[in-house]
Amino acid sequence: MSESKTVTLNMGPHHPATHGVLRVVLELDGETIVNATPVIGYLHRGIEKICESRTYQQILPLTDRLDYSAASANNLGYCLAVEKLMGIEAPKRAQYLRVIMAELARIMGHHLWLGTHALDIGAMTVIFYAFRDREMIMAMNEEISGYRLTPSFIRIGGLAYDATDDFIQKVRKFVQWFPKALEGYHQLLTDNKIWTTRTMNIGKISAAEAINHGLTGPSLRGSGVAYDVRKAFPYSSYEDFDFKVPIGETGDVYDRYLVRMEEFKQSIGIIGQAIENLPSGPVFTDNPWLANPSLEEVQSDISALIRRFMINSKGTPVPGGELYSAVEGAKGELGFYLVGDGSEHPYRLKIRSSCFYLASALPRLLVGHMVADAIAIIGSLDVVLGEIDR
Amino acid sequence: MEIEKTLSALSKECPDSILKRADRHGMPEITVGADSFLKVMETLRGFGFDMLTDVVGIDRMPRMPRFDVVYLLMSMEDFCRLAITVELVEGQDVPSVSGIWNSANWGEREVFDLLGIGFSGHPDLRRILMWENFEGHPLRKDFPLEGKDFDKPFDTETIKDYF
Repeated sequence: MSESKTVTLNMGPHHPATHGVLRVVLELDGETIVNATPVIGYLHRGIEKICESRTYQQILPLTDRLDYSAASANNLGYCLAVEKLMGIEAPKRAQYLRVIMAELARIMGHHLWLGTHALDIGAMTVIFYAFRDREMIMAMNEEISGYRLTPSFIRIGGLAYDATDDFIQKVRKFVQWFPKALEGYHQLLTDNKIWTTRTMNIGKISAAEAINHGLTGPSLRGSGVAYDVRKAFPYSSYEDFDFKVPIGETGDVYDRYLVRMEEFKQSIGIIGQAIENLPSGPVFTDNPWLANPSLEEVQSDISALIRRFMINSKGTPVPGGELYSAVEGAKGELGFYLVGDGSEHPYRLKIRSSCFYLASALPRLLVGHMVADAIAIIGSLDVVLGEIDR
Repeated sequence: MEIEKTLSALSKECPDSILKRADRHGMPEITVGADSFLKVMETLRGFGFDMLTDVVGIDRMPRMPRFDVVYLLMSMEDFCRLAITVELVEGQDVPSVSGIWNSANWGEREVFDLLGIGFSGHPDLRRILMWENFEGHPLRKDFPLEGKDFDKPFDTETIKDYF
């Protein structure tokens, strides 16, 4: 009779394959995981607390820093929540450009996932191609907003500026070129024997269990549930575009991989449709209390001067009320539960983080697998700690 | 599912459980008492609300009762949302629903950590975002934004106790 002894292994918080500062305490029997406890909070910045003392406009850059790999999607989610509370809607052109920005962000987020996920499992080539193409989107972000990673380009009421011709040309070029690059990623991984051996039948989760654990986004769709906020609760003119919601069958690491690879294709399709059918018109709502009055106006009109001063020193009051508004971020349902009390800053802003619930499912996914599979499973959930810890 | 039918079936199943009804910009919300809360949640799970999207804690000081805990439910069949609110006085516990939805496990831990609301029957009620020997609950309205010790000089001796 041999007594089985377990070893505790601390993975993270400074482990390159946990994609940030996620710490997982693994209890091992040999190389098999018998218990896993995720420990989070290493990147907690208290964003929800800070939001309560900032004006609605000042919160916007903070939302960039939630899921920093796909920042525009967070901006969109926050702006839609505030706009819903104010009862305003952005003009059509702004809505289309917002869709382009959010889908570019999704592709950017998936690039980061693809490169690092493959690198973790041992396929080094992919990251170079993924980051080459991610760089192109970064250049587009820089062209349109001045920032590469955290654009803050989508504002409450519309957009910061109209799109430049250069941006539109860059997007058109990218839309034409990207399917070829995607083909290249598929050639590197999809039928690769090492890749399929490492990912198939690893980290399986059934549809019912995935729902019960609160999984959303590609990780839920990998289990065969066709839930996509863009389809279920269309926002920002998503109903105008023709796209599919890819789903997997078995809910293993490979299915989640396939779902995200297909999402690349759907996203680039949406961007193509949006850029070709881009309506003309203003990019900002006509509510004078949201946009800064121009300098000419300020110099000739006293009320514009006062307004400019009020907006910049005090902020814009938003009517009281409570609502939940969600968008499909790159990782899943990103929701904002907003409680307004009629003042210039929210009474309470709860961020429904998709990655938070993805990480909460880790014990369920890891137990019974080998340590090396833990790396594959964490990578396949695509968690970003900025969004988990907030 | 039709929300009216669901709610009338719910009031048949758990009589006098719904204290208030509200519409949150398209999402129906009901307020239930803490004593009938668990039964309401079990019934709603049986009605097909299989996803617990999020758990939100709100400090409504100086209102009495002070806290609100909002559970956001969704049915994955037809993407119908429903919010359930429980009002709590300070120190009052809510029965945990982590036995019904696994996602409540971390959701409730977060509310416990940041607002100090207890969840009775929770399997693993520990702090989640703040560290273990942190004192206070940051999202309470009477917690200072700068933190509790912002006016004290940085002391390497006290910081040692944290680790």
